[in-house]
Amino acid sequence: MSDAVDPFEAIKVVFFQECDELLGDLETGLLAIEQGSADNETVNAVFRAVHSVKGGAGAFGLDALVRFAHVFETLLDEIRSERKPCDDVTVKTLLRASDVLADHIAAARGQGAPVDEARSAGLVAELEALTHGEAVAAAAAEVEPAFTPVAATPIEDEDDFGFRPVAFNLADLGASAEPGAPAADAWRIVFHPHGRMYVNANETALLLRELSHLGEMTVELDASAVPDLDALDAEESYLSWTIDLTTDAGEAAIRDVFDFVETDCDLSIRPASAASEVAEETRAPADDFDIAALLARAQAEVAVAPQPAPEPAAPILPTTQSETAKIPDAQPQTPPIAQPMPQTPQTPSAPAAPAAVTIRVDLDRVDRLINVVGELVIQQAMLAQRVIESGLARSSGISVGLEDLELLTREIQDSVMAIRAQPVKSVFQRMPRLVREVGEMTGKRVRLVTAGEDTEVDKTVVERLAEPITHMLRNAIDHGLEGPEDRAAAGKPIEGTVRLAALHRSGRIVIEISDDGRGINRERVKGIAVSRGLIAEDAVLSDDEIDNLIFLPGFSTAETITDVSGRGVGMDVVRRSIQALGGRISISSTPGKGSTFTLSLPLTLAVLDGMVVTGADQTLVAPLTAIVESLTPRLQDIHYVGGHDPVIRFRDEFVPLIDVALGMGFREAPIAAGTGVAVVIETEAGQRAALLFDAIQGQRQVVIKSLETNYQQVGGVAAATILGDGRVALILDVDAIVASSRRRFVRHEATRSELKIAS
Amino acid sequence: MTEPTNVAARELIAFRIGEQEFCVDIMSVREIRGWTPATPLPRAPGYMKGVINLRGAVLPIIDLGARFGLRTSEPSERHVIMVAHVGGRMVGLLVDAVSDIIQLTDEALQPTPDVASEQVKSFVKGLFALDGRLISLIELDRIIPEATEAEAA
Repeated sequence: MSDAVDPFEAIKVVFFQECDELLGDLETGLLAIEQGSADNETVNAVFRAVHSVKGGAGAFGLDALVRFAHVFETLLDEIRSERKPCDDVTVKTLLRASDVLADHIAAARGQGAPVDEARSAGLVAELEALTHGEAVAAAAAEVEPAFTPVAATPIEDEDDFGFRPVAFNLADLGASAEPGAPAADAWRIVFHPHGRMYVNANETALLLRELSHLGEMTVELDASAVPDLDALDAEESYLSWTIDLTTDAGEAAIRDVFDFVETDCDLSIRPASAASEVAEETRAPADDFDIAALLARAQAEVAVAPQPAPEPAAPILPTTQSETAKIPDAQPQTPPIAQPMPQTPQTPSAPAAPAAVTIRVDLDRVDRLINVVGELVIQQAMLAQRVIESGLARSSGISVGLEDLELLTREIQDSVMAIRAQPVKSVFQRMPRLVREVGEMTGKRVRLVTAGEDTEVDKTVVERLAEPITHMLRNAIDHGLEGPEDRAAAGKPIEGTVRLAALHRSGRIVIEISDDGRGINRERVKGIAVSRGLIAEDAVLSDDEIDNLIFLPGFSTAETITDVSGRGVGMDVVRRSIQALGGRISISSTPGKGSTFTLSLPLTLAVLDGMVVTGADQTLVAPLTAIVESLTPRLQDIHYVGGHDPVIRFRDEFVPLIDVALGMGFREAPIAAGTGVAVVIETEAGQRAALLFDAIQGQRQVVIKSLETNYQQVGGVAAATILGDGRVALILDVDAIVASSRRRFVRHEATRSELKIAS
Repeated sequence: MTEPTNVAARELIAFRIGEQEFCVDIMSVREIRGWTPATPLPRAPGYMKGVINLRGAVLPIIDLGARFGLRTSEPSERHVIMVAHVGGRMVGLLVDAVSDIIQLTDEALQPTPDVASEQVKSFVKGLFALDGRLISLIELDRIIPEATEAEAA
C-alpha cells in the first residue's frame, strides 16, 4: 500500500486485494459444494473466482499463477457445464487446489514462501486427471507422468476428453498458456481481424511490429477476400495475415501480443509443423503437406517438452499433443478442432448475482471521521451539562433541541463505528484450510463447523483475532481430539468435530472454540504443573483451577513437541495476545466429552472499560480487564518488606502495594496507611499487585485518546481519555506501573548499598 | 497582487510573559483560548503543565515562561493558551497575555545580543524594536522537548 507511486504497482495492489476476496468466495463456494448446499450459481461463482484470478494474473504476467489457475479453471468449467460429476473426491481436490492457488497468489505477491512446486505439480496432475475423467485414484501420485500416455492415446479418446470444437472466443479470452505446451520454435499464426478491431482503435501493423520483437518472422498478406470496389464496405476488414514466426518465447508470449484484440479477430496460433495440417480451414496454402516428416518433427518437439504433460486439457486450444495424437491416423479430413467458427459456450462473465455495492475507503479517513465524531459526542455532553447548570427549564426550546441533538449524535456515532466494524468471516474463512492441514499432519479426521461468521467487530480486533484463533484451533485438533482409533474405541464418530463460533454478548464479542475430544486430563495437567514447579505439590485446586493451569507460562502438555502446536509456547501466549486486546479467555472441559475455550473481547479498541479512580486529586482510569478485585486495606494487612516497601495480604499471598499517585509524582508523601482503596490487578505476565488510590468513582466506558499524537509516550500511562466534565484523564498502564515500582525497589537497594560504601 | 516591498513582511503575534514581550509567526498559531485546568502528567519536566482537552484531542500545555527559564506563576483564568502547530504536532503555549498582531519585515530583525542567557538565546531567533518596546522572535521548533530529554527527566 505504501508505495502506490507507480500506477502499475497500485493496480497490482488492487488486484491482490481482489484476489483475497475471490479466494474467500472460492473457499465459501467450495465448502457449500462440499456440504451439498450448492446450486448452479455457486459452481458458477467458484468458476468465476478462479477465472478472475487467472485473468488478472495474466495481465500482470504472473505465469506460474496463470498456469495453475488455468488447470484449476478447466476442471471447474467441466463441472460447471455438468460434463463432469462433482463427487466427494473432486471437491476435496478442489479444496486443496484452492489452498495451492492461495499459495501461488501469496508467492506472486511476494509474501510467504515460494510455492511448493511438487505439491503444485501434483495437484495440477490431479486436476488434469479429474478433468479428463480417468485414473482419478492413480493420478494423485502421478507427479511426473511420462510422456507415453499422450503418444499412446488413441484417437478415440478424444471424445472422452470432452473435446469441444472451440478454438477461441470470448469465453476463452486469456485461456492461453497450456501448461504442457512445448516450446516450439516455429509458429504459424493466422490472423484475421474483424472490422470491430479497427473500430476499437487497434492496428494490425502495431501488432505485427510487436510480434516481430519476439523473433524472426515472415508475414504473408492474404488479400483474396477483398471484394470489388463497389461491394467494398470501407469499415469492414477483408485482409488476413499468415505469419511464420520463429521464437523461443512460447505460445503465451505470442498470445500476449494479441491479448487486447483476441475477441475482435479470428486468431490461430500453432506450431508451424501442426499448422499446415489445418491449413485448409485457415486459408493458408498447404502445398507441402508431408505427414511423415510432420509426424517425426512433432514427436521430436514433444519429446523435449520441458513440462510434464499428461493429457491435453479440454476446452482450450488444440495444441501439439492433441495434434500429435491424431497424426498417426493422418486424416486431415476436417478435424473438428480447428473450426474457425466457435460455438458460443456459456460466457464466464455472465452477470453475477447482484453483489452489495461497496467502496474502498482509506482507513485513515474513516479513523479521522471516528475521531471527529468522538469529539462531537463529548462536546455535546458538555454542552448539555452546561445547559442544565444554567438552570434552563427542561421544556425550553434549547433543552428540547439539545435532546434531539443527543439522539442524532448517538446515531452518528453508532453508524460511524459500524463503518469500521467487519464480520469475523474474514478470519473464519482462513480456518478451514488450517483445519485441513493440521488434520492431515496429525492424521486425524476433522470437521470444522463455524457459526456466527457475520458477527461484526472492529477491524483492528478482527485483524488481531486470527493468530489466537489459529493457535487454539491447532491446539484443539492436536491435543483435544483423539486419533481415529481412540475415537472409535470411545464410541465416538471417527471424524472429530471442532466448532468455531462467534456471537455478541453484553457489548462484547465472544468467540467459542470447542472440540468433542477427550477433554482436559486434569491428573496429567496437575502433574505437569507440579513437575514444572508451577504449583505446590500439595496445592488443592478445583477442577476449574486445574483447567486454567494450561494458561500458565511455560506450560505445554504435548508429550512430544509437534510441528503443530509449537514448542512450549502454548496457551499463555494466546492469553497474552487476548489480554492485549482487552479480552479475557476461559476454558471449560468435560473429560471424555471435549473442551470449550471462550474468548471475550471488546467490540472495538477505540473504547475501553475502565475503573475511574482518584489519587491526589487526579482522576485516573484503570483498565477493567486487569482488575482482579478491589478492597479496603486494613492496617493489620499491610506489612513492610525491609522496613519501607509495603506489601498487602491478599488471599494468603503478599502482593506489593503501590501508591500510584506517589509514584507518579502527584503527591510528596505517601497516603496514610490504612486509608484509601486498594485495587488488586494482574499484569499480563500474571503478576499481581495492589494499586492504592484515594477513592473509586465507578466503572465507565471511556474513549481512548492517544497521548503520542501531540506529545509522546509517558511512563505508566497507556493513553488518555476525556471524561464527561471535559477534562483529560490518564489511563494507567498497570504493567508499566508494576514494573517501575519493582525497578524503584531495586534502585532503593542500590542507593542503600552505595550509602554504606560511602560511609 | 504581490508587491515587491511586501515580500519580506511577516505577521507576528506578540504576547507577554511577565514584563517581557515575545512574538511568534502568526501562521503557526491556530487559535487562542483561555486557560483551562490541565491534567498533570507524571514525571514530566516542570514546564509541562499537563494536557487539556481541545475538542477531543489531547493537547500538551507548555508553560513558555518556565521553558525560557523565566519566573513562573500559577496559571489563572487571566492566562492564555496559544494553540500552535509545531513540527506536525499541536501544543498549547501558556503565556500571560496576547498583546498584539504586528507586521514587520525581516530587515527589522536584529540578531540576539550576547548579553542574553544561553537558555533564552536557544529559543530566540532575533529581536524587534517597536515603539520603544523590545520584542523577541521565538523559534517554536525548539520549544517541544526532545523525547530523549523528557525520558531522562
